[in-house]
Amino acid sequence: MTPLVELKNVTKVFGGRIGSKTATYALDDMTFSLEADFPHIITVAGESGSGKTTMMMLLLGFYEPTVGEVLFNGKNIWKLDKDDTVDFRRSVQAVFQDPFAVYNPFYKVDNLLSIPIKNFGITKDKDEARTIMENALRRVGLRPEETLGRYPHQLSGGQRQRIAVARALILRPKLLLADEPVSMVDASLRATLLKQIRELNQELGIPVLYITHDLTTAYHVSDYIMVMYHGSVMEAGDVEKVIRDPQHPYTRLLVNSIPWPDPNTLWGHAAEVVRGKTIADNQGCKFAPRCPHLMDICVKAPPPLYRVNPTQVAACYLYKGCTEIEKADLSSLFPKKEESIEAHTV
Amino acid sequence: MNKQTILEIKDLRTYFYVKAGTVKAVDGVTLSLDSGTKMGLVGESGSGKTTMALAMMRMIRPPGTIQGEIILDGVDLLKLSEEEMRRTRLSQLSMIPQGAMNSLNPVMRIEDQITDGMIDHGMNINKKEQKDVVAELLKIVELPTKVGSMFPHELSGGMKQRVCAAIAIAMRPKVLIADEPTSALDVVIQRQVMETITRLAHDMNLSMVLIGHDMGLMAQSVDRLAVMYAGHMSEIADVRDLFADPLHPYTIALIESLPILGNRGVFKGIPGIPPSVINPPPGCPFHNRCPRNMPDICPHVAPPFKEARPGRWVACHLY
Repeated sequence: MTPLVELKNVTKVFGGRIGSKTATYALDDMTFSLEADFPHIITVAGESGSGKTTMMMLLLGFYEPTVGEVLFNGKNIWKLDKDDTVDFRRSVQAVFQDPFAVYNPFYKVDNLLSIPIKNFGITKDKDEARTIMENALRRVGLRPEETLGRYPHQLSGGQRQRIAVARALILRPKLLLADEPVSMVDASLRATLLKQIRELNQELGIPVLYITHDLTTAYHVSDYIMVMYHGSVMEAGDVEKVIRDPQHPYTRLLVNSIPWPDPNTLWGHAAEVVRGKTIADNQGCKFAPRCPHLMDICVKAPPPLYRVNPTQVAACYLYKGCTEIEKADLSSLFPKKEESIEAHTV
Repeated sequence: MNKQTILEIKDLRTYFYVKAGTVKAVDGVTLSLDSGTKMGLVGESGSGKTTMALAMMRMIRPPGTIQGEIILDGVDLLKLSEEEMRRTRLSQLSMIPQGAMNSLNPVMRIEDQITDGMIDHGMNINKKEQKDVVAELLKIVELPTKVGSMFPHELSGGMKQRVCAAIAIAMRPKVLIADEPTSALDVVIQRQVMETITRLAHDMNLSMVLIGHDMGLMAQSVDRLAVMYAGHMSEIADVRDLFADPLHPYTIALIESLPILGNRGVFKGIPGIPPSVINPPPGCPFHNRCPRNMPDICPHVAPPFKEARPGRWVACHLY
């Protein structure tokens, strides 16, 4: 079956041509596909500069890949005809990080919600449009009578972020991309918002790509995780496995640095941090300069993905004995599973 | 441990007067900080954390007002003259501001920025001594000496944050206020910076007020934790007690809303939104979101902030 969206050997370079000294590889030969027929949440995690937002921009068609193709239903999104473009724009929706920046302060909230209805020709009837808007708002736990007719500055960050989710829902998307949707929302509202994203994911059957640097929320909301570093996947797999038992030295460093809100689970002392080392002519693993387990082989060629256990892969030569998997098979780590749905509705 | 109180705040009120009414950003906050301890101050945005830090430094500009008492080592800061207060800042009480990365002067070398305040406070430092002073301070915050001759744009976020810490501790203050010192940093860098700050607080026997919204970071780094809500203090307790057995319903809800290991897929948010601090209604600020709201008292009478159990202060009618 053709995946809904697919990145095929995509490289995105900023600041110069490929191979030039000034070029920064925001995404480096990434292959990844996402099936749309079952609801799951995949987290793309990484520090700033890891390429997670670049990946989202490529999937939305805001950036054109330097090399490779972004496919929607098997067709290159940069070569779609008119009908397919409309379908693509409607099917792939996004929620962005900053709930303060996405609104035009001069328009009421109604405007933001009615534009997609108008542009995608969902209905011409005014009353019906209003019903659609109200239903979408109720779905995200807002009372329409308290929301419609208001200006963005009259709403809190959490409310605005929920309206952004409601806007995406109106179009009945097949995929929702969420770029740090809760990082600018207060702690007490964060859990509510994540819960709603999870419920929508399950009830409406929309897969979600959750992009974040916050591994605590990733652990809670998602089924699968992909840890990125400088444009490459370091580790991927079942979120429970990856967070509980990280294999790649980079993931270990990240997981070790999570400030868990529990004075009895203190930061592990095992933060073996190597700082400021530069390796001339590093052809291999991008994490090598910071890695406490650096070996000769690491700087020679980039490590392939090793399957450390059935539901987890790590791009690290420490696991050289394990079976290698092709980059193109990365999504085989995110299988459809029924039990995940039940586990989450407890 | 030496339980001497170094900083005592009594009934601190910071009001701003705007067209819509009076903004009671901090409304009657009392707390005391023991010498050599680290206190965390958490709250949602708009709860008055940063205003509190600015009030402690007496950096609220008129027409904003500061009332109450801020007693630092026996001296009420609010009674000092402007000049005396200026001398107190940095030398007795200093602050790592929020967004420290944007608070450095982009056209001044780091070494000059570090010694700028020291010279202004009357220390005689010549060019030759400056190098040594700067090198020592940079060493304390784990930066290489060469950073001294660099400009801020040449440094990463974590390094700039460390420079700000170096500036703040340059004159060995008694109390250090750190306002969200790591909020813009990645987890790994955040941990490193936090560890540096807590280590130097320990080494120099600094008392510290750490302001933030990240309960996880607090659990990792402070001794006592104060929870603010809508300009009021809800609860103060030792950090372990607070996490193990929170007393105030807001603290309980806040802790339940946090993601912890081994409890995947369970989400418990707090319904509702915090009240406005412009002309706030009487009564407990949390009553309309509180699961244990008592309708005959909570909406009408503000609960007093008192010691419910030894070392545990809480503002709630339940206690």
